[in-house]
Amino acid sequence: MKKLFTSREALLCILILVMTLSVGAIADDFLSIGNLLSIYNDTSILIILALGQMLVIITRCIDLSVAANLALTGMVIAMINSSYPDFPVPLLVLFGALLGLCMGMINGLLVWKLGIPAIVVTLGTMSIYRGVIFLLSDGSWVNAHEMSKVFMQIPRSTFIGVALLSWASIITVAVFYYFTRYARTGREIYAAGNSPTAAFYTGIDVGRSQFIAFSLSGLLAGLCGYLWVSRYAVAYVDVAAGFELQVISACVIGGISIMGGIGTVAGCVLGALFLGVINNALPVIGVSPFWQMAISGGVIVLAVIASSRAEQKSGRIILKNAVLAPSK
Amino acid sequence: MQKITTQKWPLPKDLFSIKKLPWEFFLILITVFVFILSAYASPYFLDPWNLSDATFNFVEKAIVALPLAMLIICRDIDLSVASIIALSSVAMGFAAQYGFNIPVIVIIGISVGMLCGLVNGAVVTHFEIPAIVVTIGTMSLFRGISYILLGDQVLKDYPEGFDYFGQGYIYWVFSFEFMLFLVATLFFYFLLHKTNFGRRCYAIGNNPTAAFYSGINVKRHRLLLFVIVGALAGVAAVLLTSRLGSTRPTIALGWELSIITMVVLGGVNIMGGAGTITGVFIAVFLMGIVTFGLGLLNVPGIVMSIIIGAMLISVIATPVLIKKFSQRKG
Repeated sequence: MKKLFTSREALLCILILVMTLSVGAIADDFLSIGNLLSIYNDTSILIILALGQMLVIITRCIDLSVAANLALTGMVIAMINSSYPDFPVPLLVLFGALLGLCMGMINGLLVWKLGIPAIVVTLGTMSIYRGVIFLLSDGSWVNAHEMSKVFMQIPRSTFIGVALLSWASIITVAVFYYFTRYARTGREIYAAGNSPTAAFYTGIDVGRSQFIAFSLSGLLAGLCGYLWVSRYAVAYVDVAAGFELQVISACVIGGISIMGGIGTVAGCVLGALFLGVINNALPVIGVSPFWQMAISGGVIVLAVIASSRAEQKSGRIILKNAVLAPSK
Repeated sequence: MQKITTQKWPLPKDLFSIKKLPWEFFLILITVFVFILSAYASPYFLDPWNLSDATFNFVEKAIVALPLAMLIICRDIDLSVASIIALSSVAMGFAAQYGFNIPVIVIIGISVGMLCGLVNGAVVTHFEIPAIVVTIGTMSLFRGISYILLGDQVLKDYPEGFDYFGQGYIYWVFSFEFMLFLVATLFFYFLLHKTNFGRRCYAIGNNPTAAFYSGINVKRHRLLLFVIVGALAGVAAVLLTSRLGSTRPTIALGWELSIITMVVLGGVNIMGGAGTITGVFIAVFLMGIVTFGLGLLNVPGIVMSIIIGAMLISVIATPVLIKKFSQRKG
């Protein structure tokens, strides 16, 4: 019972509830189901990206290129749609996801096969992907009137009262919950991040796990490329500029350890929701949007300070007299 | 045999020491090559005034890259440098508005930078949190504070003469900024390579635990480095603000990435423990020349970012690839 209340997830839940209720006390409309759903809908893309980022961070890497990846796939899809409005949209979404996957795989391969630190690789690919958008689009925008109706309608249409954009994130959350808890590959990713040496001795290819994490992160970024562009009905070079930091912030607030090996899907989703609620609540309570950045920055610093103690627990010694394997 | 130690990055330095060729040699080679190529490609490249103008584009970033190299050698990183520049620029803007004179404005700018560095360092060392997370947070925090203070306003009431730092020339084509950068390079060269303080950076970067047991006050050392980085970010803020003559909250947006690119390109191991000021110094010029040369050829800035990104990856991947192939032969 004590554990339930001291866990990161419970704490975040309480914080989010308190925030939502206190904002609701000021503005009645804030607590209406429609508004809550729209907050979730607003946060959906962040949730999806944060889940991909979570896997990468768990393997002790970091993916700074997600936002650039999203923008590039978004631009490619929007351009295809504006030139060939009859091209079936579901295929287009699939194509976007595959394109994102390829970009994620490039990151993953560079980290896996060449052993370059992830931060360097993704710093590089981030500016490359961003630049390629400019090369493709020549700096021009793809605007709403150039996109087909279906293209823009899909994330907006509802199923049981919930927008498909929200469904996309719900499904991703469900898949990731299963993947990280029960799938073998998912468990390997945790093992690889928690103790690479131990993982190696148990027969896990650490580099391959990192590669898979990067690929999945790229796949989701590609999917979000479509969602973003169709939701905001515009594609240009600077789409989602700097969004990667919000994604990483969501992970950090959600208790995913940057040192690898620690983090849950629930924490990740709550971290993203936390940011989403703040972003939506500030205008309601009349705080200037200029405060938003400082508040989320402050929250990140406080969140990492709060979790620093939790992470300092040392590992349990299970077999005291076991022969310790040489560390190399 | 699979590599198992996480991201044990084959140091370029280790690699080339076998062949007695340091990383800096490799860098100089590329730089000279790019220089000659640019001189051929554009007739305007070799004009001394043009070259001098080109330095303005990277000198402010380079001044932050020097201490950041030391910080990265210590296994830390500071992603908030650009936000520190913004915040200290805002502070200077308000100081100017209240009618303080130039030295006070400059001191305020640099102190705000040091204060930000102190915040970073204190959180990182006191709570033992990875610097990358803390500085991602403070990056939003510092810039966020600039937004709160300034909103969509502009501060531009700088006193007369303040523009000297960013626009003045000491002698002929040598700008104040550029000379300051050279002095800073010499200072950090001596600090890192000729003093105990510098040797301790390598010791901490290679093995913090061993460094601690050999009597180095690791925490204090890292804290001090964060403050130095903050101070130099403050200096960069003085130069940039003086050059632009105005302050907006978006000042120096995204600079942290180009600054880190300079450091990494200079052969500083992002995992700590290796790197030289000489390498960073050359990398600064490499990036500056590439940007300037491409600019003369009318290549848009965003396309340059492709080239810089590709350069970053390939410059680091090349030694790894060479090592892989040479191992296969041997």
